[in-house]
Amino acid sequence: MKFTWFNLMPWPYLPDDFREKNRSVWVDIDQRLFDPAKSHEVYNTYMDLLEYAGTLGFDGIGVNEHHQNGYGIMPSPNIIAAGLARRTTDPAIVVLGNSIALYNPPVRVAEEFAMLDCISGGRLVAGFPVGTSMDTNYCYGQIPSLTREKYQEAHDLIIKAWTTRDPFAWNGRYNKLRHVNIWPRPIQQPHPPIHIPGGGSVETYDFCIDNTYSYSYLSFSGYIRAKALMDGYWKRVEERGAPDTSPYRAGFAQTICVAATDAEAEKLYSKHIDYFYNRCLHVYPGFADAPGYRTIKTIQTGALSQYAPPKGGYTNLSWGELVEQGHVIAGSPETVRQRLEHLAETLRVGNLFCLMHVGDMPADKCMYSTKLFADEVMPKLRNLYPEYADDNRFWCRPLNKVVKAGSLPAAPTSAPLETAGAK
Amino acid sequence: MELKTIETPHVPVRYLHGGSGKPLLFLHGAGGVTAADPFVNALAEHYEVFAPMLPGYGDSEECAELRDMLDITLHYWDVAAALKLKKPIIVGHSMGGMIAAEMAAIAPNDVAKLGLICPAGLWMDDYPIVDLFATMPYEMPALLFHDVAAGTAMLTSGLNVDDPKFLQTYLVNNARQLGMAGRILFPIPDRGLSNRMYRIKAKTQIIWGDGDKLIPPVYARKFKEGIKGAKLTSIPEAGHMVQLEKTHQVVEAIRKLG
Repeated sequence: MKFTWFNLMPWPYLPDDFREKNRSVWVDIDQRLFDPAKSHEVYNTYMDLLEYAGTLGFDGIGVNEHHQNGYGIMPSPNIIAAGLARRTTDPAIVVLGNSIALYNPPVRVAEEFAMLDCISGGRLVAGFPVGTSMDTNYCYGQIPSLTREKYQEAHDLIIKAWTTRDPFAWNGRYNKLRHVNIWPRPIQQPHPPIHIPGGGSVETYDFCIDNTYSYSYLSFSGYIRAKALMDGYWKRVEERGAPDTSPYRAGFAQTICVAATDAEAEKLYSKHIDYFYNRCLHVYPGFADAPGYRTIKTIQTGALSQYAPPKGGYTNLSWGELVEQGHVIAGSPETVRQRLEHLAETLRVGNLFCLMHVGDMPADKCMYSTKLFADEVMPKLRNLYPEYADDNRFWCRPLNKVVKAGSLPAAPTSAPLETAGAK
Repeated sequence: MELKTIETPHVPVRYLHGGSGKPLLFLHGAGGVTAADPFVNALAEHYEVFAPMLPGYGDSEECAELRDMLDITLHYWDVAAALKLKKPIIVGHSMGGMIAAEMAAIAPNDVAKLGLICPAGLWMDDYPIVDLFATMPYEMPALLFHDVAAGTAMLTSGLNVDDPKFLQTYLVNNARQLGMAGRILFPIPDRGLSNRMYRIKAKTQIIWGDGDKLIPPVYARKFKEGIKGAKLTSIPEAGHMVQLEKTHQVVEAIRKLG
């Protein structure tokens, strides 16, 4: 199993009466709740935590893109990723991802991802989400029923830009470009590995299977509720005649909190879990799914929005219920190990996106949970899929020698004079 | 009204047909139109009414090729041609009014009479139109009707919200209908009509419910200013669904076109 330490970057200062006084954490959230001066520390702490996870042996550190969103202050994940690429040398930089239909033209993504791959020495894992309806339609104004067509064209253009060595013309429906010729281009050939976040549509299953992309289900409702969706994916993998059923064809996001004991976990983390589920996920249902955003086929298969809360909402769920129902995996290292083994058996996922910073969790608690996980849980789960240990199709392939930031001497001493004929 | 099908270059189109008199092309709003629609039936007492459905509405086939305002405007001209309508009276409500105005702007010599019932198509920063696509079903009656209780009854009549299949059917219909409507209405129902409306030569009746909370009546003035010689009929005690709330008065206003 491969572990990516993920930070959604929630705004940690939503007031206690946020639910009562605001209709949504997303799209039309009250801007006055954001304090730019406080965000200076928030951003830097969050980036420190990502870097810290990178020193503990996590395979990757992960960022994502949301707009006008109280639980994600990362409209541009590439800015954060650039910082991480400089300050780390080992972990994959997992950008999950860029909503490619929103970049105009999408070659911008081909360029920025190439820059990240070059700066990080080939450590980029590239995510291409369609984007949620809140981000894509309500914040960024894309026409819902044309979003997927535009996404598809953006994907095709980016892949062609990455893999074509001569300038070409692109006469698309959404992009007219006479000279596509990206500079720089990525280290990883033919291109960085691609992960596609999806929410249960058959079209996305097929897209991943046919292109050898990893299918990622980024849910907040935990692994137990995700079973039906992932079963659908694996069934499709077989139906579609994929050459293998490597677990690395799939990824899953799971909220995880580790403490010395189960009781300590509740004591330490329950208020931050409550903050996340009851403030951060307070989304106005009118923004959940613009008509036309989902295909008819997807609606008919009954795959409901990942943002649909459980019956009765999260408000009434106790810590015990959240843990019991698998929304959250929390407890002692042994409890967490057992639950994650169960997750792996249930979903067959090779890429685990560990949501370890939760809600308004302060840095010290987050470090404690992260360190316990890295030391006492991760090593026991690394070899869950020994027969696919060499499957590197879905992960980055860095250069053998990665440059460290800060290689300059303290001060210039002298510089050699160029002599005639020297090159 | 009879539900029929006509072939057009892009897609077979379902349309309601009935009545006798001068030919009148009626273009429905984002909520669609059915054979039981009281307004269409009232028009049919005076005109031969053709009410084509936008692809995806009702039981009609969807059409991926219609992506933007020009596609949809020309599609409706294709429909008019297929129905062999020469210089029909064109009447449109809301989204249909936007399309009707576009048809009259793009082919000013082919439209002699135009009825615009609280049409979409313009935008004023000082009077933002409610985001129809972020509105919950239970919020709709208050936006659409002057008499909210009667409007609620109208919108929910015949629906069995307790049927477990209801939600899925509702979502599928919304995706088909509003998905298509979104191509010209989302996120802002303005596709440049204000640049083109000076071209309209048709004799025009603008009809508005005084209590329209979806597209406030201030837009009526904007249309009146933009279309040379247009007449405005304001109808009191009526909302955005003025043609259902004050059917007779709207039909009479249309009849003033001659």
